[in-house]
Order: sequence, then structure tokens, then C-alpha cells
Amino acid sequence: MILDAKIPAGPIEQKWTNFKNNAKLINPANKRKFKVIVVGSGLAGSSAAATLAELGYQVDCFCFQDSARRAHSIAAQGGINAAKNYQNDGDSVWRLFYDTIKGGDFRAREANVYRLAEVSRNIIDECVSQGVPFAREYGGELANRSFGGAQVSRTFYARGQTGQQLLLGAYSALSNQIGLGRVTMHEHTDMLDLVLVNGHAKGIVTRDLLTGEIKSYAADTVLLCTGGYGTAFYLSTNARGCNVTATWRAYKRGAAFANPCYTQIHPTCIPVAGDYQSKLTLMSESLRNDGRVWVPKKKGDNREPQDIPEEERDYYLERKYPSYGNLAPRDISSRSAKEACDDGRGVGSSGLGVYLDFSDAINRLGRKTIEERYGNLFEMYENITGESAYERPMRIYPAIHYTMGGLWVDYNLMSNVPGLHVLGEANFSDHGANRLGASALMQGLADGYFVIPNTLGEYLSTQFGGPKITTDLPEFKKTEEEVRERVNRLLSVKGKVPVDVFHRELGLILWDECGMARSEEGLKKAIAQIKALRERFWKEVSVPGVGAELNQSLERAGRVADFLEFGELMCLDALTREESCGGHFRVEHQTPDGEALRHDDKFADVFAWLFKGDENTPELVKEPLHYEAVHLATRSYK
Amino acid sequence: MNFHLQLWRQKSADTPGKFESVEAKEITPDCSFLEMLDIVNNRLVAAGKEPVAFESDCREGICGTCSIVINGIPQGPDRGAACQVYMRKFKDGETIFVEPFRAGAFPILKDLIVNRSAYERIMRAGGFISEHTGGAPDASAILISKPVADAAMDAAACIGCGACAAACPNSSAMLFVGAKVTHLNLLPQGKPEAKKRARAMVRAMDEEGFGNCSNYYACEAVCPAAVNASVIAKLNRDYIAGEISEAVGAID
Repeated sequence: MILDAKIPAGPIEQKWTNFKNNAKLINPANKRKFKVIVVGSGLAGSSAAATLAELGYQVDCFCFQDSARRAHSIAAQGGINAAKNYQNDGDSVWRLFYDTIKGGDFRAREANVYRLAEVSRNIIDECVSQGVPFAREYGGELANRSFGGAQVSRTFYARGQTGQQLLLGAYSALSNQIGLGRVTMHEHTDMLDLVLVNGHAKGIVTRDLLTGEIKSYAADTVLLCTGGYGTAFYLSTNARGCNVTATWRAYKRGAAFANPCYTQIHPTCIPVAGDYQSKLTLMSESLRNDGRVWVPKKKGDNREPQDIPEEERDYYLERKYPSYGNLAPRDISSRSAKEACDDGRGVGSSGLGVYLDFSDAINRLGRKTIEERYGNLFEMYENITGESAYERPMRIYPAIHYTMGGLWVDYNLMSNVPGLHVLGEANFSDHGANRLGASALMQGLADGYFVIPNTLGEYLSTQFGGPKITTDLPEFKKTEEEVRERVNRLLSVKGKVPVDVFHRELGLILWDECGMARSEEGLKKAIAQIKALRERFWKEVSVPGVGAELNQSLERAGRVADFLEFGELMCLDALTREESCGGHFRVEHQTPDGEALRHDDKFADVFAWLFKGDENTPELVKEPLHYEAVHLATRSYK
Repeated sequence: MNFHLQLWRQKSADTPGKFESVEAKEITPDCSFLEMLDIVNNRLVAAGKEPVAFESDCREGICGTCSIVINGIPQGPDRGAACQVYMRKFKDGETIFVEPFRAGAFPILKDLIVNRSAYERIMRAGGFISEHTGGAPDASAILISKPVADAAMDAAACIGCGACAAACPNSSAMLFVGAKVTHLNLLPQGKPEAKKRARAMVRAMDEEGFGNCSNYYACEAVCPAAVNASVIAKLNRDYIAGEISEAVGAID
């Protein structure tokens, strides 16, 4: 199979304009005839559902939460990037594009990233017009802050709750459309499978989480906006409910899964404290604007931080990366923290932590300014750890935060399965091997507000006059039956081990062998361990209760069963990519000073995996990445 | 630490519920309240019993999924959602009552889970600025002074959890509705629909069976997002203006 990215012709600055000038349009009367299913209601899902409904499409939107507003985009803290150059500090579309490509370690698709940088400006306009209360200066202008991997201030923010405010904006637009009857919202509804009719995505099978009813929905096209798979690691900054099920089921129906090994480990999270823990809490990267990262110079120095004199501290990011300092990108900062801890210089009782110190900033700006900038984060930190970061440095350690991999999509955001579109974190396209801070919100909203409304016509214009798709078709009945069988299989194991135990064990395997440092030996071991764990799961898992009721054990069991399959693909991808790039660090491939060593001659490709049956190895298809506008360069933040 | 839990168990919306005693033994003080419930649930499952159903998602206090009452306080002691409560706040050997939000407009679905779709319907009635994607002017064209932007943000911080209505003796949702109306009506973008919005959302709120505010301030005391009860004053002002305006046939 050849994966055609369908990149428009012309110079990079003209591609999106050229595309729009030649795009297939659907006239308003015909839009009303098309049904669109949107799965997920985060930034990508809510913005797509609202915007497509505004255009006249009939939209059905699904989320597993009890309200669309609770999707995990809500938890994003720091901000959203846009090339507005309101600060007059030299920003431009080109610079945001280049920073993103470079931040992604030259493993993202150029044309998609340029388009992202281009529409970033419209996103801010749109959000302000919805009433998103971005931070303002006294004169009323919009405020900006800087973020990792950039030397300009282009990040717009709403205190430490930017994701919440952007999602509430998209959710309010969605609520408006629901009220007008143009979107039908299905809360508490889990997508459990994708339905193909003649090879095209034409519907989904869902389980109502309150009643357990298994039901199908038919449409002309399906949009998956279901987020990332970070929860595969059990402990992550993601929400408990985040899962890979929708994209994994689509993969098993033929959609290519691209770069699953590209996972982002965020450098500033509260360290793991014990095995009772259910999640890790992020401390926004924006803190690195004013906080300085350090560890003691001496190994095993367990003096209190305030007793360690200045000259005995190693501000390792400032030392190693003088031009970016504490704002070095996430993958680099995370790896540096790991190195310091591996070297025996970590802090805290576990030795797995580094300091993020605000004393200089408090002395310079006063406590009040710091409180205004980060008050809610400091409060959160104190609540969890019992320590005040105004008085002693925060302890932080990297944790799984975001996944750059996802279903493969072309320039139109359509997967290799016709009719199946994938938006936001669920697709793979814009962040390469590492995402820059404040770019996830940008991508989710770009896809939903500005890309899909323009690209959807490419597919739908080919669907006029086809047979009417209804859930009475045998394809729906068959898929429903398969879903029921899978649910019953989970219920009939009747073992004694709670689902969480398997999930936690899978998480440890992935964190140890497919986390911040990966090796051939470790990945092979992990694959064998995951296979064994999967077998044990299907013999020993306990799922109490029945299918036709609100059954949270059953919900989780289905998700963990999918993670147990998906984890293996993640390791296989990491094993096959014999280079280091961005968040993917293979210990066999590093420079003498421990930086990631790419092999552009062999691996400047997207790795897309196709399902070939449960017993067979998936097939690897490569999409070569052609860099026309930028030169592949070694990434340096020194 | 050890705790005696009194957990509310209720099979479904139409069956009666009751408190059930469950022991939570050997719990680390650094454990969060929900992690303690996870441990208890996993022990129940391992013993072949049904776990207690409760909802949570982000576990960092922002998604608003938590819907439990701890020792009579919606979202538990201290500021923040129930997921931000830590066991070190309790005394060893303490008896802790855990029950779902109690409000007529939030029917119980199972154990500690309630149906909060009433809030969704209120939002659909007017909790938005009518605009469409693509029609926005440049963001810098609208100047908003910092105090106004800050006040709008204070109100917009509402996480939509429903603790306000659960805490109110009248089951009033006015802190929630007030937060939404204040956020949007303070901003220049929200002004064109300000009166209509207040009118529509209050009417929707009444239709759902929520009560009115009688200045008890229980909502403010439990609000995990620290929304100030002054938003209710703003709501009342805009609502009254909206009603009068409609009654006299003014253009609003």
C-alpha cells in the first residue's frame, strides 16, 4: 500500500491557499443532507462539531463523560501559541512553523505544520469572539508569555487554566448548536467499534454507559477526535478515562496507526510518591519562565535545598543549553532530569526528582507577581505534597503527558480508510517526534475550526447518490454482534484480579522499557512481558456485575484490554525505529554528549502500521517526509 | 491509617439506597480521597463484591466530574474538588460519610453518581455568545481592561460540578448560572445578548426545578473554583433588566 498525503502543489506559503481555491465545495442545501459523526468532545471534537453544524451538516457528537465540557482538553494549563507578533519581538508564521518542525525533530509533515502556523492567528480571533477571557494588559491588550522551544513570546493564556477556557469556548459554541437542534449530543456514550460499508467508514457502534445498551449510529462520514493514548502508561498526566479504544478499533478495521512510539514525557510534574497513586499532576511548563531547574552538584547530597550554597548547585539546563536555558524543549529537559537522577543527584526521598526554584523570581518580582502568575499551580502543589513552593523549591520529575503518534491522516485529515477523519491528538500529523508547549491546544482547535470545515468536502463530494446508509445494513448488525461478544467475553472470564492491577503492571513495563530511554534488549523484553500479561488478563481478570447496567469495571476492562494490545505495537514501533529523535530516545543512538542522534538517511519517514490479524505481525508502510522548505538540521538549543 | 467508611449504596435511580459500612485499612496519609476509594474498590472486587460506583476523570480538580459529598460537604473539606482531598486531612480511625450530591434536579443514577444533565440544558438555553467560526475580527480589535478581564475570568473559572446546587438548602443553581452570565455579560463580546442570556438561562433553571437564592452562601463556601456569590447579584440585575425590558417591549 502507498500512503498518499495529498499535499497540494506550490510553494509552502501558498499550499493552503491553493488548496482552498480549488477545494470541492458542498452547497448549503446539500450540506443539510449529510450526516457527520464526531466522536469526542475535547477541543478538536467540540470545535469540529460546532463548526460543521454552523455550516449546516447534521451532526451527532459522542463523549464518554457526563458533559462535553469535561473532555481532558479542560486540564491543559499553560497556553496556546499563535503567530500574532503582538509583542513585536520578531515572530511570524514562518517562525512558528520552523520552531514546530524543529521542535518535532524534523519528523513532522511540513505542509501540515505550515498550515497549522497559518491558521493559528485565526484561532485567537475566534476564541476572543466567543468570550474566552485571555489574560490582558492594563491598557486592554492581550498578554503573552514565552514557552519552551521558542525565543519569542507568542503564547496566549488564561491564568493556568487555558485549556479550560478554550474548551468552554468551544463547548459554548457546541451548546448553542445543540440548543438549535443542529447537533445531537450523546453523553455517557462510549464508541466501541467502527463500521465499514464497502470499505468506507459509515458509522460506529456504541455502549450507553448508563444502561449498557449496545447501539449503532450511521452517517456519511466519521470524525475521531478521541485524544491520545498516554494512559497506556497507567500513571500519566492524562485523565483516568482517556483511552485508545476508538483509534485502536479503527486500526483493527484497517486504519494505519502512525508513529505510536512518539510519546511526550513532560519535564515538570509532581514526582511519584507511592504505588497507591492513580495519576500524576502536571505543573505547567509556563513555570519554567520564572523557575530555575537545579540539582546538587554532589551525589547523594541530602541537605535541605536552602542549605545548599549557590556554588554547589548545578543549574544544568542553563549550563548545557545557554541560549534556551530553562526553556529548553520538553524532551531535552526531561532527559536531562533523568540523567541527573541516574547520576545519583536526584532530590526527594525517592531520588527521582529535581528542584524547580522560584526564589530568584520572588526576589526580583515580589511574591505578589508570582502569585498572580502561578497562584493556582502553587496551591495545587501544596495540596498534593504538603509543601509550599514559595518557601522551598518545588520537586519535579518527568511524566507521560501527550502522544504525538496517532492514526495516519493525509492533508485533508482523512485516514487511509475512506470517510474516516481523525483530528487533534488522535492523529499523528503535526508534532513529529516531540510537541512544543502550547501547541496541542493550537492543533486541536486548528483541526476543528479551520481545517476540517474546508477539507471535508473532498470526501463528501464523492458520496452523492450512493445507497442510503442506515443501521439496518448487515455490516452494522455484524459489528454490533462482535462488540457484544467482546463485552460478554470480558464478563465471562470471572477471575479474581481487579482490572487496575493489569493496567498498573502494563504501565510499569512501558515506563521502564518504552519511556524516556529505550533499548533493543529492553523493548524485546517488554513485548514478551506484554504478551504474557495479556494472556493472564484474559484468564484472571475480574469484571463484576452484568453488561446491561452502569458498570465501571466493565468500561475499564475494555479499555485496558485494548491498551494491552496497543502497548505491544508501541514497543514494536520503538524497536523498528533505530535512531533517536525527539521523545524517542534509543540508547544505542546518541551523540558522545548524550543528545539524540537521528539517522535521516534511513528514518526520515512516518512509520504507519497496518493490522494483519491478531496472530500476525502488523505490516509497516512508510510515508517518506519530503522537506522542501526547510533543511534537515541537527537540533540544537545550545 | 484506618477509616470506617459509611458509603451510600444505591442500585439504580428507582431503588432506595442506604449507607453501608466498609472498612478502609492501612491507607497512606499522602493518598488522595479518591485513591483511597480505588483501594477500597479493588479490595471489594478481589473479594468478589461489587465496587462502589463514583465518577472522576482528570483528578486534578478542573474537569468537574466529581460529585460526592464527604461528611456532609459537597466536594469535601477544603477548597477544590473531591479529587483534591487528601487523607492526611482526616484523623486516624475517623468515621467518614460518603454520599452523592443531593438535589432534586440531580437524580441519583447509581451509588455516588448523579445525573447533572440539567446544567447542560441551562447552558443550551443561553450559555454562549452567538457567533460563527470565521466571522471574528482581529483579536486585538477588542480592548478589554485588565480588571474586567480578570473579573470575567474569576467567574469563568466555574468547573460546572454542581456542588453549589448540592450545598444549597433550596437546591439553587444560581451560583452556576450567575458565573456563566457574569463571565459573558461582563465582556464587550457578550453585551449584545446580555439581557436575553440572563432571561433565558434563569427560565431554563426554573424549569429544571432548581430553587432560588436566599442569601445562605453555602454555594460559595463549597465552590471548588472559588466563584464569589456576587455573581448572583450580577445575575439578578441582568435578569430583572431582561424581564422588564421584555415586559415593556424595549429593544435589548
